Amino acid sequence: MAGRVAGKVAFITGAARGQGRSHAVRLAQEGADIIAVDVCEDMPGMPYAGATQEDLAETVKEVEALDRRIVAAKADVRDYGALKAALDDGIAQLGRLDIVSANAGIGSSPHAAQDLAEQTWQDMLDINLTGVWHTAKAATAHLIEGGRGGSIVLTSSAAGLQAYANIAHYVSAKHGVVGLMRTLALELAPHSIRVNSIHPTQVDTPMIQNEATYRLFRPDLDHPTRADFEPASQAMNVLPIPWVDPVDISNAVLFLASDEARYITGVALPVDAGAVIK
Amino acid sequence: MAGRVAGKVAFITGAARGQGRSHAIRLAQEGADIIAVDLAGQIGSVPYAMSTPGDLAETVKEVEALDRRIVATQADVRDYAAVKAALDDGVAQLGHLDIVSANAGIFSFGSLEELDETHWQDMIDVNLTGVWHAAKAAIPHLRAAGGGSMILTSSTAGLMAIPNVGHYTAAKHGVVGLMRTLALELAPDMIRVNSVHPTSVDTDMIQNSATYELFGADLPVDQRTREVLGSRFQELNALPIPWVEPVDISNAVLWLASDESRYVTGVTLPIDAGSLIK
Repeated sequence: MAGRVAGKVAFITGAARGQGRSHAVRLAQEGADIIAVDVCEDMPGMPYAGATQEDLAETVKEVEALDRRIVAAKADVRDYGALKAALDDGIAQLGRLDIVSANAGIGSSPHAAQDLAEQTWQDMLDINLTGVWHTAKAATAHLIEGGRGGSIVLTSSAAGLQAYANIAHYVSAKHGVVGLMRTLALELAPHSIRVNSIHPTQVDTPMIQNEATYRLFRPDLDHPTRADFEPASQAMNVLPIPWVDPVDISNAVLFLASDEARYITGVALPVDAGAVIK
Repeated sequence: MAGRVAGKVAFITGAARGQGRSHAIRLAQEGADIIAVDLAGQIGSVPYAMSTPGDLAETVKEVEALDRRIVATQADVRDYAAVKAALDDGVAQLGHLDIVSANAGIFSFGSLEELDETHWQDMIDVNLTGVWHAAKAAIPHLRAAGGGSMILTSSTAGLMAIPNVGHYTAAKHGVVGLMRTLALELAPDMIRVNSVHPTSVDTDMIQNSATYELFGADLPVDQRTREVLGSRFQELNALPIPWVEPVDISNAVLWLASDESRYVTGVTLPIDAGSLIK
């Protein structure tokens, strides 16, 4: 049976680990070749270790183990020139572009809005919003020139649809992604290029499995653990689960990337265990 | 390769033709057995020919041609006891229930000022109360199965207003409220509830002289062709297409029905070619 995205090429940012690696592997399982970028560094203000070049090499290994091709580069989504160069090189090697997963993003230490430092705010907006725009911008000309349409999937968050206290910068950036998605969807519809966003609840990755997040959710404890975090995280959801797995987001990306969703555009799709309706 | 809903049983209302038949076939292609109901008869206020027992028999034939089992019954979603009896019988024969597609619906039109009581009431009874009936009858079976997925068919008119179909718009908005409430009530049992929101779908519900009159009232009857009206339907969408095909809705139903969306609940999913963002 042919894969659900067989013959397509997907560009994925933040592909070294977590959701990005999962998207690369899931799309490759269904027949896509991959262009992967990741900054592979600690990011400013990020209260957990960033991905490494070894992480990105592991993504390469896992995609190649599926007999798919992958072109991986170290690039920062804040640097449009570097991002474009990495994408252009990937397309030169793999021949085409069909799918974009603008996934790169950071979490940050919690502060009330009035206590957020200028730099903390700016770093968040630069990576989680401007980085998404850079990703779409670099890809648009390729998708239009391909003449086959395409699917752009922007990673927002449940926090792109509702507020959470003490992360105003994250909430603002992720809401901004929704406005960007809807505008891109309108602008690119005449080219049959679809643009949608996905809105995960907590995903079991290093972005949430770190002591800073544990403290945000369990300020009552001196040294909260994953086990302490679990019931507090579950309280966000209506389904009786604490978090979803990266593959759950990947399955939504796969659906939106495939021709099964050929007429779906401009849609904000939660994968959130009901967090938004709670 | 195992089907994406292999071993599951799906209950589909309005399964004789159009989207409902397409859902039955698509789910059967991916391994599901089907419990199908349809009125297979006419409602006086509906200005086009509704389905027939012959249509329902054709759905049975097409599902059986895929080597899946199907239990089909003529039943009116306005009649809770009849819906429940048909479903209970289907579950008794097929063993369990995992998926519900509350798809049965009608279309008619008239300004809210001019709508008569019968047009209003038939619409609410079929397109809203009928959906509640399907869900209500299914809940005990899904609980018994330890979880499941309900997909309620709403419309773009469930998320925005469309003139001259105020009763349809009210019913389809009501489906969203019903979906969200069911999602909250059933989450503890791992039963997911979502709604799909199609733009115009190429079925008998829109391809009929009455609907052509709604879209082409200024044209002589002999000029109200599928091609001419297609350009007017296309004005509703952002993507350059007049309507979507039934299988496009079926692919969304399939994704929501499958374990690929195991943590997606409470979501309104448009399949609308960007109609809502236009």
